[in-house]
Amino acid sequence: MTDQTLRVTVTRQEPGQAPRDETFDVPFDDRTSVLDALDWIKDNAEPSLTFRWSCRSGVCGSCGVMVNGRPVLGCETAVAGYRTSGITVGPMAHAEVQRDLVVDTDAFLAKLRGVSPWMLPVPGADPLPVVEPVETTDQDAPRTLDVLAVHSQTPGQVEAYKGLSQCIDCMLCYAACPVLDDVTGFTGPAAIATARRWDLDSRDQGNETRFSALAENEEGIWPCIQVGACTRACPKDVDPARAIRDYQREAMG
Amino acid sequence: MRVEHADVVVVGGGAAGLSAALAAVESFAAAARDDAVVALVSKVYPMRSHTVAAEGGAAGVVPGGVDTADQHVADTMRGGAGLSHEDAVRFVVDRAPAELARLERLGMPWSRAEDGRPQVRRFGGMTNPRTWFAADKTGFHLLHTLFQTSLRETSIHRLDEHVALDLLLADDGAARGVVLHDQQRGEVVVVLAPAVVLATGGYARAWATSTNAGIVTGDGLSMALRARLPLRDLEMVQVHPTCLPGSGILITEAARGEGGVLLDAAGERYLADYGLGPVTPVGAPEARRMELGPRDQLSQAFWHADRDGRTIPTRDGGVVHLDLRHLGKAFLDERLPLVAGLARRFAGVDPVTEPIPVRPAAHYTMGGIVATPSGQVVDAAGEPVPGLFAAGECASTGLHGANRLGSNSLVETLVGGRAAGSLAADALRRSSASRPTAPDLVDQARGLADRWLAMRGRGTEPPAAIRRELGAVLDAEVGIFRDGDGLARAAATLDDLHERYQDVRVADTADVFNSDWTQALELGAMLTVARGVVAAAAARTESRGAHQRLDHPHTDDVARHSLVTTDARGAVSVRLRPVHAAVARAQGDA
Repeated sequence: MTDQTLRVTVTRQEPGQAPRDETFDVPFDDRTSVLDALDWIKDNAEPSLTFRWSCRSGVCGSCGVMVNGRPVLGCETAVAGYRTSGITVGPMAHAEVQRDLVVDTDAFLAKLRGVSPWMLPVPGADPLPVVEPVETTDQDAPRTLDVLAVHSQTPGQVEAYKGLSQCIDCMLCYAACPVLDDVTGFTGPAAIATARRWDLDSRDQGNETRFSALAENEEGIWPCIQVGACTRACPKDVDPARAIRDYQREAMG
Repeated sequence: MRVEHADVVVVGGGAAGLSAALAAVESFAAAARDDAVVALVSKVYPMRSHTVAAEGGAAGVVPGGVDTADQHVADTMRGGAGLSHEDAVRFVVDRAPAELARLERLGMPWSRAEDGRPQVRRFGGMTNPRTWFAADKTGFHLLHTLFQTSLRETSIHRLDEHVALDLLLADDGAARGVVLHDQQRGEVVVVLAPAVVLATGGYARAWATSTNAGIVTGDGLSMALRARLPLRDLEMVQVHPTCLPGSGILITEAARGEGGVLLDAAGERYLADYGLGPVTPVGAPEARRMELGPRDQLSQAFWHADRDGRTIPTRDGGVVHLDLRHLGKAFLDERLPLVAGLARRFAGVDPVTEPIPVRPAAHYTMGGIVATPSGQVVDAAGEPVPGLFAAGECASTGLHGANRLGSNSLVETLVGGRAAGSLAADALRRSSASRPTAPDLVDQARGLADRWLAMRGRGTEPPAAIRRELGAVLDAEVGIFRDGDGLARAAATLDDLHERYQDVRVADTADVFNSDWTQALELGAMLTVARGVVAAAAARTESRGAHQRLDHPHTDDVARHSLVTTDARGAVSVRLRPVHAAVARAQGDA
């Protein structure tokens, strides 16, 4: 840290109370992230400031916040670019505030669960279409054909869903999506992208289950108006807008 | 205070905890126990757990090839430097392929060979390639596959953002549940259950320079110590040689495997001067030499180079350069996209045009709660603790010994988690244990919780300062090399921090999401475990595996485990027990 400081305004809120802004002067350098700035405030100025974080490397998905109205991961957003304007950090939009920058996650997880984001049919329920497993002659090991059965999947088949499988459930796309201003029940970008991830997986046969959850449901794919804010907000280059558009096209035949 | 009942309660929502919960569900389903409840406790949400950050992969012998289970066992035992138990190693090795295949059937996106089979690659210390991987995000995919699968199970009762405060034990020492704090509702929760599985992860976040996430604070280990259970081989801490300075973000071994080289301040391939030579040509890496030498030797070479004044000083300590420039932009973007992105975002360095500054960081903790290969926790006398199980990084089963082999920890979470979850559910069915009787346990829980709640709104010692000093002293004295004087200094510092912590300031008095308080709890857990680490490191007057003593460079003929316990006043004691005694005892029980 150097002696230059950044003006950081944080929108704070106690449960059941109105939001209020508090401003802090935070020392920073070219490496300081938004999360570092929040940590500095908690350690040096306001111990009750509440925010989530864990991995600090952009993969756990905990630290989503709005910075000057834009949803970002706090850990990978440098503050130096805002040295003249300062920053206003607020809770992610379109989610109920639990305290300060911590927002409800359960509503999102309910939407995710609603698209059956797991292998269908459930393994064990039906015989697997399997790669020829190699029998072993080692009698000591607890190996049978059954426990070693795996699907065949070529690198190209992995590529088909790889991009959509990168979702870290950070909910930035929900914060960015303008549809959620009006349709709070909209299944939303990440859950639909994850549904698509399973549909495009050659091993899965749950397309009909997910299609009915998404297309025969007015809060499934239909509220999306294709402005692409989700895809632009995604820190992992997932393209939910395209996943939703593809579903809409299929549904319209 | 809320009181809940479960048949099994799993503490920790990473790969080990999720595996345990899923296995328990299967066991109950097989026994037609439709009413069974498996409580899954996480202080975050399970998909935020630190498993998510694992990059490399998971080891499992692919049947029918050149690799064999015996070779996997031999490689692991060699890495363990005398502290691994062959039965524990074989337990994991034998079950590894089946667990990796199970994950495949659940949808894990393993990287594939052209013919459609899961692909394997070689990691440090392996005789044959046996690491299954999903690009350079194996832990992320593993965790999300398990988490999404768990969403389907209605008998899993998730308690997200519930911080574990203490174990509940009956008078005979049997586990009867856990005391939690629900961060969202701001209330104490008691989960009464006849079986408890601890899957709480390691303690490497205690070091200031660490690859670990903020949540990896040894919570489960400190709970075990408070329950008078021993912790084994705490001093065995693996240091990863190439991490970003300050943040500790890990730059995977694959960067060196693909041809990256390490340079000192003068641009020299310094590893050659510290026993890792002769120099291999740039762009032609060779197994076990130079940049592909064993992790601990690379970290040790850095330590010597730093002392010899060959590193580049920064505000985060000395660094060396990981040079990938000769690989070119196209190659970096194709083969090492995560590394390139991390360097750009978190070090401000474009590896196409500049070398990446790196230094070692605490990475994985081999020490843990003493448990059998299948996860049954045992007490200081070596007797099983009824109803208590442990799996994953928090457990010490005898798998990793004095040093963990890369790719063995992810597979341990799957095998150990499943075994512990099954055992917890089966033990319950066998004993047909009724659900624990409530009244006295609830009183006990209330007493335990009140002690923690009383920390709020009092104290004068700033927690951030204690946390900083703890991290700094562990970095300085309990790192790559240790010696008696340094450990004595560390012990004195930790005693002082422990004193100050008794008056730690928790200014926030809120019930809901009081992270001022929970971070103080985590700090307390780290301090508790760190004092055990230092005591064990001081008691082990030899060099073995991850524990290297400058003043005791030899390795004792008899391999011994360290066992740390604390008494009611928090005083730490260490015993050293021959490994063969522990193994013989376990075999006698079996």
